[in-house]
Order: sequence, then C-alpha cells, then structure tokens
Amino acid sequence: MIRRTHPALTAWAWLVYAFLYLPIIVLVVFSFNDSRFGATWAGFTTKWYGVLFARADVREALAHTLEIALLSTLVSTVLGTLVGLGLWRYTLRFRTALTGLLVLPIVIPDVVMGVSLLMFYSFVRAGLERLGWTFDNGFWTVLLAHVTFQISYVALTVRSRLAGYGPELEEAARDLGATGLRSFTHVVLPLALPGVLAGALLAFTLSLDDFVVTYFTSGSGFSTLPVLIYTNVKRGVTPDINALSALLVLVTVVAIVAANALLRPRRQP
Amino acid sequence: MLTVRRFFATLGPGVLWLAVFLIVPALVMLGYSFLTRTDLAQVGGPWTLESWQRVFGYDALFQEWTADNARVLWRSVWVAGLSTALCVLMGYPLAFYIARQDARRKNLLLLLLIIPFWTNFLIRVYAWILILRPFDLVPSLTATLLGMVYAFVPFFVLPVYSSVEKIDWRLLEAAQDLGAPPARAFMTAVFPQTLPGLVAGILLTFIPALGTFVVSDILGGAKTALVGNLIQNQFGQAGDWPYGSALSFLLMGVVLLGLWGYARTAGQKGLEELV
Repeated sequence: MIRRTHPALTAWAWLVYAFLYLPIIVLVVFSFNDSRFGATWAGFTTKWYGVLFARADVREALAHTLEIALLSTLVSTVLGTLVGLGLWRYTLRFRTALTGLLVLPIVIPDVVMGVSLLMFYSFVRAGLERLGWTFDNGFWTVLLAHVTFQISYVALTVRSRLAGYGPELEEAARDLGATGLRSFTHVVLPLALPGVLAGALLAFTLSLDDFVVTYFTSGSGFSTLPVLIYTNVKRGVTPDINALSALLVLVTVVAIVAANALLRPRRQP
Repeated sequence: MLTVRRFFATLGPGVLWLAVFLIVPALVMLGYSFLTRTDLAQVGGPWTLESWQRVFGYDALFQEWTADNARVLWRSVWVAGLSTALCVLMGYPLAFYIARQDARRKNLLLLLLIIPFWTNFLIRVYAWILILRPFDLVPSLTATLLGMVYAFVPFFVLPVYSSVEKIDWRLLEAAQDLGAPPARAFMTAVFPQTLPGLVAGILLTFIPALGTFVVSDILGGAKTALVGNLIQNQFGQAGDWPYGSALSFLLMGVVLLGLWGYARTAGQKGLEELV
C-alpha cells in the first residue's frame, strides 16, 4: 500500500540522508586528493592507495583483524547457540538472573568492559609470573575479550528464533524413536539454524568493528585495523588513512548489498 | 527439567565463560578501586577509600571538596542527552517516512540506513574531522555533539521504524472520524503505538553516548572531557588504575540504575527487546 507523505516530511528525510552520506562521500573524495595536508583539492591521484598497500603494519593489522573475527565468531557461535537452546528448552529457576547476565555485556559501556578486562589480565599475568609462566600475547587477550561480548548476541538471537516453537517438537521426535542426539541434530538444529547464522554474522561484524575493548586488551605490539586507525588519527590526518577508510566503507557496502540480495525472501509466483 | 548434566551440555559453558571474563574482572576492578597507585607495580596496598573519595570530588592535596568531577559527569549527561534529543528530532520523522513507502523503496531506504550503521564507528567519527577542520571546529564541543548524533542516529531510527511498521492506522482514521484535530489525533492514536520503539531507541542512543570516549577524544578537546575520557586517561597517561576503577563503577552505576528503572516499567520482555 502506498500512502502519500507530506512534502515537508519528504524534504526532512532527504536532509537526514544527506547528513548520513556527506562524511562518507567526503572521505572517499579526499582519498583521491593529490595533497599531503589537504583540506583543499589539488588534483586527482590514486597514489595514497599505493602508499597504503606498501605499509606492512596495515597488512599485519588486517590479518589480525580477520583472524580474531573468524576465531572469536566460531567460539562464540558454539557457546552462544548452546546458551540460546538451553534458555528455550528448560524452565529455569534463575531465568531473570540469567537474562541479566546475558544483557550485561550488551548494556555496560564498552570502556568499562575494556578496562576491567585490562586489569583482570594484569592480575592473572602477575599470578602466572609467580608460578614462572609468562602470559603476554595480545592475540589471546583480544580473542577472549571478543568472545565475551559476542556470546550474548548469539544466544539472544538463537533464543528469539526458537521462541515460537514449544518443547513438544523435541518430545514428538523422541516419541517417534529418535535418540536425544538425533532429535537435536534433525529437529532442533535445523529450526535454530537461521538464528545461528544471523547470530554468527552479527558476532563477526561486532568483532571487525570493535575498537574500545580491543584497544584496552591488546597491549603493545598487537593491533587490529580499528586500533591502527585510531593511533594514526591521533598523530594527525594522513591521506593513506583516508584511502584505508574509503576501502573499508566499500567493503561494508558490498557486504551489505550482497547479504541483502541473498537474504531477501523469494518472490511468490 | 534442567539437570546438572544438561546444564553443562547447554547453558554451562557460556555461563561459565561470562562468569570468568565478565564477573571476575568486575570483582578485580572492585578490589583495585580500594587500592592505591604505586610507582613500581601498577597497584598496591594498603586498602583505602581514597579513590572513591576522589570520585565524589575530594581533593587530597588541598584537602577540600571540589565540583570538578560533578561538572564532568554533568557535562557527560547533558551532552549525551542533547545528542539523543537531536537523534529523536532527526530520526523520529524519518522512521515514519520510511514506513510509508512502497516495499521496493522501503527496502532501499533501509539499506541506505544500514550502510552507515555497519560502517566502522571510528571511520565515521574520523570523517567529520575532514569536514569540520576547514571551519576550525576541531576540537570543540560542537564537533563532539555532531559526531555523536551522526554516530548514533541509525541506532535510534531502526527500533523506532520497527514500531512504526506495526502501527494500526485504523486508530488514526477512527480518531479523525470522531472529529479529533490532526495534532490531537496523532498524539492519542499514533504516538502511544510508537512508544516501545521510541524508548528503546532513546536508550540505545543515550547509553553509548554517555560512555563514549572515542568521539570526544577525536573531535573534542581536553577542555570538553567527558567521563569516558576521564576513565581512559587513568589507564593511559595518568596511570591511576584505582581511581579509574572507581570512576568506571560510577559510570556503570548510572547506566544500570537507568536500565533498572526502565526494566521496572517495561518488564523483562522490554529488556529483552532492547537487543
């Protein structure tokens, strides 16, 4: 159904969209600007992309970002799916407390989560050093931190996917002779799968995007792309960071358009 | 029935993970907030209330109470509040505009809203430097506000949109048939139906805005420090973990108190709808 909208509302909507896209357009345009300190246009160039690809620290940070995102998504999807299934399957005495625990990583400010993990790691490190072990690896500290904020998103996505189904489904499968494992793999898991995939996708993008928690937990000598961008921006605006940002925007656009095309429901004949 | 064995096969691993990496760190932080900064190690004894006194404004050097922290907290609250209000102003009408398009356009407009939503947060904030620098606005409080509105407005529009989508427009027609003037018809027949989305959108904007240090760090200056910057500084240059811990608890307390109030009115379902 098409309803007419007031011209003022239409104009307002266009203004908001212009506001949303202005910075992104400026960013892309400036990545092609042939000026070192450029707030002014000095001609078209692609050299900043060349400068960017020649930087070893950028390539290394990109690899770290992807490794962390893939591994943490794998772990958090397994753990989160199991939590989501448990929330759906059982009547729990401490349901409110459990919901609170799951909502906590989502609602507490990420700076608080970051600094508390920083101190926790330092505490554990001190303990391990007394035992003669060293624990100084940015990869692991960041990975464990990412899984911590991802679990809740996966669990809640899986649970809301299953919310419409009752436990009768699994009971029916059991009555028809399926073993516990078989009823799980053949009945429950296929029903939960879209939720599991959506949760995994969410977890993956959250990991790619995270700056604050990574910043506090990575220690020195380990950085992901967001941390690298931050430290570069703090030193001053450089055109190769414009190029990196423009590329990341491009990747986001392609990924979203592709996901949208894949996930769109098929048109009924 | 949840037996111990079933617990460990389903909820157990995830709950244990959160206990170890969420609850234990919070307890470590609580412990550290009662210690003091030392030269060699980061923190050490003896146990003291000093950091907590400082959080509430006690200046140990001059032995007097100051309003410095109260000012920072107040500034954080009103900056977050003002940017949330601007998000409402921009986003609330937009949600109606999108909801009233035909399916094709609706899909496109939502896609255009989701692209900035998923674009890296840091990049979106950084882009404003490029725009505002020629106007000599970086660093400034105005730039911080602009950056916050820009960063959070998609978080606001999406939940409001999902409420507007579900509106029963027949109520509006009924109100109009009964002779209500447009403004009154909107306020009584439409606005209440958007309340769940509106409240969720406000919380999803206000909470991250209250805790952020990235926007104010990149776009604001030292003069416009927010509580997030104050915390970050204790774990950076200042190197005062106990004080930073106590400040973190203050920020967390404010957020959890707000959510508790929301949960009291909206119930557990409302809390789950937030995510």
